[in-house]
Amino acid sequence: MRRLLIAVPYLWLLALFLIPFLIVFKISLSDITLSIPPYSPNLDLSAGWSGLVDFVRALDFENFVFLTQDDLYWKAYLSSVWIAFVSTLITLAVGYPIAYGMARADRSWQPTLLMLVILPFWTSFLIRVYSWMGILSTEGLLNQLLMNLWIIDEPLQILNTTTAVYIGIVYTYLPFMILPIYAALEKMDDALLEAAEDLGCSRLEAFWLVTWPLSRGGVIAGCFLVFIPAIGEFVIPSLLGGSDTLMIGKVLWEEFFSNRDWPVASAVAIVLLLILIVPIVLFQRNEQKAREAEG
Amino acid sequence: MTKTLVTLTAAAALCAGAVSAQEVRVYNWSDYIDEDLLTKFEEETGIDLIYDVFDSNEVLETKMLAGSSGYDVVVPTGSFLQRQIQAGAFQELDKSQLPNLDNMWDVIQERTAQYDPDNTYSINYMWGTTGLGVNIDKVREVLGEDAPVDSLDLIFDPENMEKLAECGVHFLDAPTEVIPAALNYLGEDPNSKDPEVIEQVGPLMQEIRPYIQKFHSSEYINALANGQICVAFGWSGDVLQARDRAADADNGVTVEYHIPKRGALMWFDQMAIPVDAPNPEAAHTFLNFIMDAENMAQASNYVYYANGNEASQQYLNEDVIGDPAIYPDEETLNNLYSVTPYDPRLQRTVTRLWTSIKSGV
Repeated sequence: MRRLLIAVPYLWLLALFLIPFLIVFKISLSDITLSIPPYSPNLDLSAGWSGLVDFVRALDFENFVFLTQDDLYWKAYLSSVWIAFVSTLITLAVGYPIAYGMARADRSWQPTLLMLVILPFWTSFLIRVYSWMGILSTEGLLNQLLMNLWIIDEPLQILNTTTAVYIGIVYTYLPFMILPIYAALEKMDDALLEAAEDLGCSRLEAFWLVTWPLSRGGVIAGCFLVFIPAIGEFVIPSLLGGSDTLMIGKVLWEEFFSNRDWPVASAVAIVLLLILIVPIVLFQRNEQKAREAEG
Repeated sequence: MTKTLVTLTAAAALCAGAVSAQEVRVYNWSDYIDEDLLTKFEEETGIDLIYDVFDSNEVLETKMLAGSSGYDVVVPTGSFLQRQIQAGAFQELDKSQLPNLDNMWDVIQERTAQYDPDNTYSINYMWGTTGLGVNIDKVREVLGEDAPVDSLDLIFDPENMEKLAECGVHFLDAPTEVIPAALNYLGEDPNSKDPEVIEQVGPLMQEIRPYIQKFHSSEYINALANGQICVAFGWSGDVLQARDRAADADNGVTVEYHIPKRGALMWFDQMAIPVDAPNPEAAHTFLNFIMDAENMAQASNYVYYANGNEASQQYLNEDVIGDPAIYPDEETLNNLYSVTPYDPRLQRTVTRLWTSIKSGV
């Protein structure tokens, strides 16, 4: 029974992560052709062992070499990481006070507040991003409001800029930041704060020495939940961003759709995965060590 | 218990009915048909019609090359069609099922045969040009009364573009449309396949890049209509749809479409049946329905694109058949050029050039 239980998550990983990864990896090693599907070689199992050998021989790493020859890819990776990093910080700055407020609110209010955070998910993500186009455009609600209040004379160009991408990402991923932080803060015992104040901490010190460390797990989880999908984000930059917003999701799209070059597109995806996975694994190992040291 | 059984049987019968009823899945460009025609098709033939839309050839092509798209009828543009035929994506039309082929216009058939020899795999749906959509009052306000609205100077001369930037300029996000026009402006062959010639487009576009608000292939219809932008380098019928939306909204915006004097790209959107279409018979029925003279005229009257159907011309509204922006006169027609697909290596150069034009990297 226990083995069965352990097998479930592994099967899950195998089916939803490893197998798709291997398929993409295989495509990244093949060559572009004009056919259906648009790459070769294709694994022909009917040819048996020799077919497999021929297949493996035909694979090579030239698509990965190609990525190093054009600085477009590195710039796109870097710019994506930067945009995701800044968005994560802003999301944290906005999300933490909200989560804190929710956790401090009266118990009877908390389910309602939680509901309000989740409520936007009931509308399609695409429609919500489209509404932002309506809000941010030069003829949009925001500009009209600012002009009517005499704060600006000329409409601001926000839509089709990187600023709009930041707004879109922060808006979309905010609940992913709030929920884990709220979960961490909600479990905290208020008596700890009282104790800290009894022992001479100011409220700010008590926050910094007690609340913040206890919510750290939630903050880390929230940051990962925002940072990782934001790097590969495609919909938000293509709808809200300008033509000069460079993100790896768009580069991937171009490789796949405009160049019809599935092998290079797959290579871009594999490198993106490595960029994400390596730091995360290192980070988690570090966390585990810290925890063991404490224990 | 008996009641449950009866319900179950009824449900099973219904499901079986749903499976046996014919259906046809059509994948066409957005804003590209009078939706009344779709209802009419279902009523006339009893076939369920599932109608999806796309707004770029690239998206369609990727679905075609991935295979098993599930669509019965798709509408690629000529040069894309040609490549997809080479990839084996389409099935030959069974012309015995298409009696309305007699309605087709030989002038257009000859031109589409360069992509699809003998029109074996496709029929023409619409054709048009890629040119200049202008909000005429704003452009005159910015550039003066003699603004070159029927010349490529309007969008490729940095001096004009610098002034136009304040009222907004959109370009199609389609290198296969913009690069031929830029080459034409430079006096080169629009259909050039020489990488060195194509690379010349880079510096030209870099100069005007700061003044282009957005590269997008469908947003400009609304943006032109509501006065958000004053110039769009776009597709003829889309600009004319913007003209109509502005007129309907009565918002003081007047949109005009101009074919550049030095010539413009002439393109053909062709209906074809994927090789693995689940229901090729219904697909043929759909093609034949579209080629009916009155139906085709209804579609053109609605979307303001010319079609390749000669018999439909008697049913076309005067503001369609009589508009030289839609049905150009002989002289203009001779100035129109068409392009053929890039090979994969050149395609990479072109996409890379396009990315660097758009993002500066």
